[in-house]
Amino acid sequence: MKIMEMTALELGKAVREKEIAAKEALEAVFRVIEKKEERLNCYVTLDREGAFERARKLQERLSQGMEAGPLAGVPVAVKDNLCTKGMRTTCSSRMLENFVPCYTAEAVRRLEEAGALIVGKTNMDEFAMGSTTETSAFGATRNPWQEEHVPGGSSGGSAAAVAAGARFLGSDTGGSIRQPASFCGVVGMKPTYGTVSRYGLIAYGSSLDQIGPLGRNVADCAALLELISTWDKKDSTSIDRKDTDFTSALTEGIRGMRIGLPKDYFTEGLAPQVKRSVLAAAELLKERGAEIEEFDLRLVEYAIPAYYTIASAEASSNLERFDGVKYGLRAEDANGLHDMYKKTRSRGFGEEVKRRIMLGSFVLSSGYYDAYYLKALKVKALIKRAFDEAFAKYDVILGPVAPTSAPRLGESLCDPLKMYLGDIYTISANLAGLPGISVPCGLDEEGLPIGMQLLGNCFEEKKLIRTAYAYEKARGAFAVCGEVG
Amino acid sequence: MGKQYETVIGLEVHVELATKTKIFCGCSTAFGGAPNTHTCPVCTGMPGTLPVLNKQVLEYAVSVGLAANCEITRYSKFDRKNYFYPDNPQNYQISQLYLPICQNGYVEIETEDGVKRIGIHEIHMEEDAGKLIHDEWEDCTLVDYNRSGVPLIEIVSEPDMRNAQEVIAYLEKLRLLIQYLGASDCKLQEGSMRADVNLSVREAGTERLGTRTEMKNLNSFRAITRAIEGERERQIELLESGEEVVQETRRWDDTKGCSYAMRSKEDAQDYRYFPDPDLPPVRIEEAWLEKLRAALPEFRTEKIERYRREYDIPDYDIEILTGSKRLADLFEETVSLCREPKKVSNWLMGETMRLLKEKGMEPEELAFSPAHLAALIEMTDKKEINGTVAKEVFEVMFETDTDPRRYVEEKGLKTVNDTAALQKILEKVIADNPQSVEDYRNGKQKALGFLVGQTMKAMQGKADPALVNQMLREML
Repeated sequence: MKIMEMTALELGKAVREKEIAAKEALEAVFRVIEKKEERLNCYVTLDREGAFERARKLQERLSQGMEAGPLAGVPVAVKDNLCTKGMRTTCSSRMLENFVPCYTAEAVRRLEEAGALIVGKTNMDEFAMGSTTETSAFGATRNPWQEEHVPGGSSGGSAAAVAAGARFLGSDTGGSIRQPASFCGVVGMKPTYGTVSRYGLIAYGSSLDQIGPLGRNVADCAALLELISTWDKKDSTSIDRKDTDFTSALTEGIRGMRIGLPKDYFTEGLAPQVKRSVLAAAELLKERGAEIEEFDLRLVEYAIPAYYTIASAEASSNLERFDGVKYGLRAEDANGLHDMYKKTRSRGFGEEVKRRIMLGSFVLSSGYYDAYYLKALKVKALIKRAFDEAFAKYDVILGPVAPTSAPRLGESLCDPLKMYLGDIYTISANLAGLPGISVPCGLDEEGLPIGMQLLGNCFEEKKLIRTAYAYEKARGAFAVCGEVG
Repeated sequence: MGKQYETVIGLEVHVELATKTKIFCGCSTAFGGAPNTHTCPVCTGMPGTLPVLNKQVLEYAVSVGLAANCEITRYSKFDRKNYFYPDNPQNYQISQLYLPICQNGYVEIETEDGVKRIGIHEIHMEEDAGKLIHDEWEDCTLVDYNRSGVPLIEIVSEPDMRNAQEVIAYLEKLRLLIQYLGASDCKLQEGSMRADVNLSVREAGTERLGTRTEMKNLNSFRAITRAIEGERERQIELLESGEEVVQETRRWDDTKGCSYAMRSKEDAQDYRYFPDPDLPPVRIEEAWLEKLRAALPEFRTEKIERYRREYDIPDYDIEILTGSKRLADLFEETVSLCREPKKVSNWLMGETMRLLKEKGMEPEELAFSPAHLAALIEMTDKKEINGTVAKEVFEVMFETDTDPRRYVEEKGLKTVNDTAALQKILEKVIADNPQSVEDYRNGKQKALGFLVGQTMKAMQGKADPALVNQMLREML
C-alpha cells in the first residue's frame, strides 16, 4: 500500500515494524506540499529541517530496539494557535508574527509522545475569528477542490492540507473544525468540552474552545482523538474521563440506533443540494438499520446571537494580553504607554479581530452586561436543555454542517453578518459543550464537497464514531481531489 | 456656631497569604528574589497558559472567613477584572465580584463604650500584580513579575467605624485573627497587609451617608490615623464652605501629611467584570468545611480565659502575651518545657520587650527557640549562672538563637560555687577595704553592698551574689 493511502495507525505500525522509514513518510508528505503549497497556502510555518531531524532521531531509537508510540513517524500538522516550543506560533496574526513559545500545548505534546512528526503550522482565520481563513494576516488559504473558493474556517489551513492529498492529520480548535472539514471533503471532529486539554491553545472563547482532529477518514480522527484526550492538571476545565478508547467504536453495527433529524435545520436558508445530500445520507443510515425520525429542536435562531455575544466577550478579555509589553508586536514609534497600547493593537490586529473585541467589550460594559452577556448565558443554558431533551429520545442528531458549500473567495468578508449566519448548525454544539463530527456526504454541481454533521450527547463520542464509521463504509470511498502523492 | 459632624469609615483590607506558591501556578511567593526569577508562562500571561487554583489559598480564605463569623459561599466563582496596566501581565486581574468566598461576617472590637461589632461585607480571593520600577537613568520603566500571582484576600468591612481608634482596633483585631491562623504575617510596612480607607462625614443625627472618598497608600497605623484625621477635616472644611465632597480616590503622602486626588468617579474605569471561563466554580462541601472549622486555632479571647485558669500570672502579662501569636506560642512552648510560667512571662515581658523596643522589631520577628529560653531559666534556677550573666546570655540568644549552655561553657561564665576560692577572695576584699568593714560594723548596711560589688568584680561577675552576701555577713 502507498504511504499516502494508509491510515495514521497503519502508517505508525509500518514505521514501528521498520517496513517504512520515518524519513520516507516525511518525504511523501513534503512531495505533496511542494507541489501544492504555493497555490493553496495551507501553512504559516513549515519546519522541514526540524521534522527530518526528529525523524532521524526516531529511526535511531527504533534501530536500537526501543519502544515507539502508535503514531511513530506519522507526519502531522497543527493549527497555528497551538503553542509549539521553539517553533513560532502566530495565530495567523501580525501581533504574533515572531512569537516563539517556550512551551508546547498539551495536545501537541501528546502527539509527539505518540511518535508523530510535526511538519508545520497550518493557516487559520486570525485568532480563529472567521469562517473562511480569509482573515489570516498571511493570506487566504484556497480550497483544493476549487481554488477560487474558500476552504472554510477558522481551521481552513488544516482542512485544505488534509484534502490536498496529504494524508496527514491536523489537530484543531473549536467550532471551526467541522465547517472547514465539510468544505474540504474531509472528516473533522470536536469532542465534548473538557476532553482535550486547552493548555497551550491560544484562547479565543475559552468556554467554547476545544481541540479536535481533522483527517481523511473517521478511523484517523478516532485514533488521533484517543491520543490527545487526557485529563491535564494544567487545565482546570479538563475532565478525567475513563472512556477515551475511541478506536474501539470503529464498528459498523448501527442497527436500532435512534437518529433524530431536527426540522429546524432543514428550513429555508439551507441550499437545496446540501439538503438533498444530507437527507440521502439519512436514507443510507436507515438502510443500515438506524431508526430515523424528525423532531423540533427549538431555539435554533437564538444560537447565533448567544454564541457571538459569549465568544466575543471572552475574546475581548483573552486578547488583552497582546499589548506590546511582553512579547509579540510592539509599536516602537509610540509616545508613552497609552500610545504604545493603541498603536500596537491597531497595527497588530486585523479588522475581524477588532470587530469582535469591540463587540465583546460592549456586551461586558457596565449597564449592558445584564442585557447582553448575562442573557446570552441564559440562552446557552436553555439550548443545553433543549439538547438534553432531544438526547433523551435520540442517540445521535443528524443535520447539515453548513447552509451551503464553500463560498467564493472574497464573498464573505464584505458581509460579516452573513458569514456569522453560516455558523448556525455548528455553534450549538459549542454552546452546549457537545461532541460533533463532520463527514463528507456528497458533491454539489460545481464539484464542491458537502458535509453532514452528527451531534451526540456529552461524553457520547463513541456513538458518533460508530455512526460515522458505518456511514463511511456504506457510502464507499469519497472522491479525492487532486492526485495522491 | 459650628455644626457637629460624624465620621463614617469602612475599610478595604488586602492581606497577602502565607502560601509557599502563587495562587494560580507553582512559582514561589518568596519575597526579594532577583527580578523575574519567580515566574513562569502562567504568571507572566503568556498566550495559551491557564490558571489552576492553589487549594491552600482557598483554605486560608475560608479559615479567615470562619474566624470572622462569615457565611461561607458554597458555590463561589472567580471573575476577571479587566484593565490595562503593564504590572498586570494578562491585563485582567482574576478576582471575585459576583460570588465572593465569604460574606456577612463581623468581628468585635473593644471601644471606650464597650464591645462594638464591625460588620464584614465580604472576603474575596484575588491575585496580586507585578511591580513597576522606573529607571531614571535610562528613562524607561521595567517590570518585575515576581509578585504577579501572589495570593491575596480582600476583606471589605461595612461602614461601621466612626473614628481612627476604632479603625486601628479593627485592624489589630483582623491582624491578630489572621496571624493566629498562620494565614499571613500581616506586616503593614512590607505590604503584606494594606488598608484602603473609605471615609465620609455627615451632620450628627442624619441618616443619609455623605459622599465618600477612598484613601490609598497607608503604610502604618500612624499614617492611617493621620490620614483619617486629615481627611475628616478636609471634608468638613469643604462642607462648611458650601462646597461638595467629590467621590474620588486619593493618595496619602505621609511625609507631607496630606493627600491628593488620584482619580475621580467620572474617570473611573469600567472593569467589565465577568466570570473567568478558565476556572470552574468552587463548590464547598460540608465535610471539608467541618474539617477546617475543627482545625481553627484557639483565638485570643479563649486564650486569655485559659491563661487565667492555667497560669498564675498577672492579667496585664496575659494581655500582652496573647497580643501576639508569636509571643503566646513562645510562652506556651517554653512553659511546657520548664513548667515555670511566672519566670517565662518575666523574661518575655521584661528583657524581650525591652530588646524589641530597642531594636524596633515586632514580636512576630522573634527568633529564639523555646528550648533555649527554658534552658536559660533552668540554669538560673540551679544557680549555674547569676542574673547579670543570664541577661547577657539572653541578649546573645535574642540575636542569634544561640544555645545558652554552649555559650556559657565557651565563654566560661558559670558561677563559681567553690566556697574555698570565694573565701580567699573575700578575705582579700575585707583586708583591702577596712573603712567599709568599719562602716558596716557600725550599722551602715550600704557598706555591705559595696563589699559584695567588689567581690563580684574580683570574681568577674561569675559568683552567686546571694552566696557572697551570706558568707560576707558570716565573716564580718
